[in-house]
Amino acid sequence: MKILLFGIAKDIIGSSILEQKLTKDGVTSADLLSSLKEEYPELSKLRSIALAVNGEHSLGEEILREEDEVALIPPMSGG
Amino acid sequence: MIELKEQKDINISDIIDSVKSDYCGAVDIFIGTVRDNLVGKKVTKLFFEAYTPMAISELSKIADTVKERYKADKVSIVHAVGDCLVGETAVVIAVSTPHRKASFEGCQYAIDTLKDTVPIWKREYFEDGSHWVFSHP
Repeated sequence: MKILLFGIAKDIIGSSILEQKLTKDGVTSADLLSSLKEEYPELSKLRSIALAVNGEHSLGEEILREEDEVALIPPMSGG
Repeated sequence: MIELKEQKDINISDIIDSVKSDYCGAVDIFIGTVRDNLVGKKVTKLFFEAYTPMAISELSKIADTVKERYKADKVSIVHAVGDCLVGETAVVIAVSTPHRKASFEGCQYAIDTLKDTVPIWKREYFEDGSHWVFSHP
């Protein structure tokens, strides 16, 4: 699946899109976030880090499918 | 009017006109502009990046809530993307309501919520470097 990256998350991972394979069925967005934090420990040093799934803020419970659009959401700072 | 656009394309009077309504006696407008300093450091510019489709959808949710909760007739929110120089406009929110109190409150709710829920990121540039805002604890 494709993970869209913005702001500081893009700088940490070094790309604007990250390709990630779902290795098993039933992976939740919380599982994906933990594995990303493991792979990129700098993400855990941010004030906050979360995922959006198909354009909605994720609560972590969604079961992910390959075709979902996932985005990493570092601390937002609009306005 | 819910839009993300380059700073040079933001037209404040068009945004005010977009919420005018014969049914309303009040239009409140919030304009966020680029300040030249941050805790004593000189700011040279801001850069805004957005996850555009989600930002539009979250801004629309805010506008819908302002209409429902504050009985607003029309709500427009326009946010800049890309570079914004000192003194330029970063965000404009306009709310029309039948009476004035609700227009102030609705506008305040909109800017406060925008900062919490809309996927837009701001990079601050100083004379000696730059950083993404709120990145570190």
